[in-house]
Amino acid sequence: MSVHIDAESGPDGTAPAAAGRDRPLGSRGDGHAAIVVSGLTKRYGDIEAVRGIAFEVMTGETFGFLGPNGAGKSTTIKILCTLAEPTSGAARVAGHDVASERDAVRRNIGLVFQDPTLDGYLTATQNLRFHADLYAVPRAVLQPRMRQVLEMVGLWERRDSLVSTYSGGMKRRLEIARGLLHAPRVLFLDEPTVGLDPQTRASIWEYINDLKRREDITIFLTTHYMDEAENCDRIAIIDHGEIVAIDTPEALKASVGKDRVQISTADDQAAIAELAATFGIEAAVHEGAVTFSVESGEQFVPRLFAGLATAIRSVSVSRPSLDDVFMSYTGRTIRDAEVTAMDHNRNMAAVFRRR
Amino acid sequence: MATQAAEPLVEADAQVLAETIRVSVPERGIRHDLRAVSIVWRRELIRFRTDKLRAVTSLIQPVLFLFVLGTGLSSLAGRAMPPGVDFKTFIYPGVLAMAVLFTAIFSAASIVWDREFGFLREMLVAPVSRGAIVIGKCLGGATVATFQGVLLLIMAGLAHVPYSPLMLLTLVGELLLLSFTLTAFGVMMAARIKQIQAFMALTQMLVMPLFFLSGALYPLNALPAWLSVLTRLDPLTYMVDPMRHAVFGSLNISPAAVHALSPGVTWAGWQVPLGLSLGIVAAMGALMLAIAIAQFQKTE
Repeated sequence: MSVHIDAESGPDGTAPAAAGRDRPLGSRGDGHAAIVVSGLTKRYGDIEAVRGIAFEVMTGETFGFLGPNGAGKSTTIKILCTLAEPTSGAARVAGHDVASERDAVRRNIGLVFQDPTLDGYLTATQNLRFHADLYAVPRAVLQPRMRQVLEMVGLWERRDSLVSTYSGGMKRRLEIARGLLHAPRVLFLDEPTVGLDPQTRASIWEYINDLKRREDITIFLTTHYMDEAENCDRIAIIDHGEIVAIDTPEALKASVGKDRVQISTADDQAAIAELAATFGIEAAVHEGAVTFSVESGEQFVPRLFAGLATAIRSVSVSRPSLDDVFMSYTGRTIRDAEVTAMDHNRNMAAVFRRR
Repeated sequence: MATQAAEPLVEADAQVLAETIRVSVPERGIRHDLRAVSIVWRRELIRFRTDKLRAVTSLIQPVLFLFVLGTGLSSLAGRAMPPGVDFKTFIYPGVLAMAVLFTAIFSAASIVWDREFGFLREMLVAPVSRGAIVIGKCLGGATVATFQGVLLLIMAGLAHVPYSPLMLLTLVGELLLLSFTLTAFGVMMAARIKQIQAFMALTQMLVMPLFFLSGALYPLNALPAWLSVLTRLDPLTYMVDPMRHAVFGSLNISPAAVHALSPGVTWAGWQVPLGLSLGIVAAMGALMLAIAIAQFQKTE
């Protein structure tokens, strides 16, 4: 069973674009932007959380915002969901301005937040019914639609259990089901798998990928997990409130082009000096190992052993990953960034608490 | 731009469409808002139904006042009562008001819980007016509190209050009005106070003076000037008086006795009509509801 969003006309009564009728089944990125952001900034007092970002997300695309904690991901998603007003710049979601047409935006989006927003004293069905009434889902389609979204996330059997008896993963799945109940055109997932165990994370991603196949939906998500970002059609890498790179995961990895070599040595500083002197390679310590990039890692390793006087304890060569992409654009690995972002993050948290 | 994003259903998807459930979220309108009011209201009822402990515990205090304090004090206060009138009968309307007072304000506390557990956000991001959510909350609290009052009405016989249909009907109506106003007051406070501890402490601090100054436990005539002024400033006074009027109207006692025990509210000697009393409570309810809505309009 599959569900389609009925978007025959926008809530503002605009006629559908005739050109769209010829779009082949399952085609994505047909040139219609679901999200358009331009010159967006957001300040909280002295802290500039978002510093003038611009991007477009095409209809049907899965678009990921990748960055360390405190990079401005959550602030951006809040603005797009009409939960925060931009300091300057503009954003349109599903064709509506997030500042001046809040209700129209809200009707067309589904939200899954980092923090749970379910009522634990109600059953899954009751939570969904509550949502359906707030979003005015027509009563005639409510029952089949509820069944459909609950089956999609594998909670149909548990529909009459109190949500307080659910595990963390089940709650997140129920939130995803609820976010889809009113067939939004754009689904926002803010760190959809944070705080879940690896197995549950994988299953959440199965549901999301399944969802992409079944529903004609645009997905905007934020994550600070590199492996998750690989699931996206396109990624924007955000750091310190700015977008540093934006492309498909493959293109981003290709742009780095080099293999990453990490060696652990008896004396890291000596090894770095030697690498510079002997091979002309710039290396640095990341995650406790001497790290550098070379064109062809496996061919370089034998030369490395022959040429380096410092004792090497272990070596690892890896193909470019999004970690390397992040590193090549920001000069840090995402985990390094998380550490330095901690203080910044604390400041941000303080700002949010005050609001 | 709007035209672009208003992507039409694709004809080629017909095959998929055959097994499709079409959902379209309509433009916001009055029916949509009413539906939102109704679901927020029903959620309060569901939660009250599943929380039997709360129903029992919030009855304990009024029952203690009515039967323990009422019986204990009758030996003393009974002497001041006209013959045939029990002291418990006298404080019965006041205890009714008390039952509603606690339940109504504590059901408003659920907003603070909702904020803490994130559910408030689910409501605030929905494409409905904030007014619908606040009104639904107030109606829910009013219904639950009135239900508590009805439980006490069932015990009326134990306080020697006759089960007169007209009196019962009047009291239920008055309980509804009072509990709506009190919930609106609680919701107004909950809009501002984000911590449940602070909310509980503040409401406790306000609830007891409201109750003691309302004339729930003593007649409003022949009071010292300072207390007389304070009782007239307490909004609850204007609800306890009509309820006492309803109870004493159903008793088979002399008009002089009724006048002694249920003298009505006076402003510098002027008798405040019952209609005005009820109007004051209704106006306060409307005002606090308006403030509550305005405050929720501002948050996120």
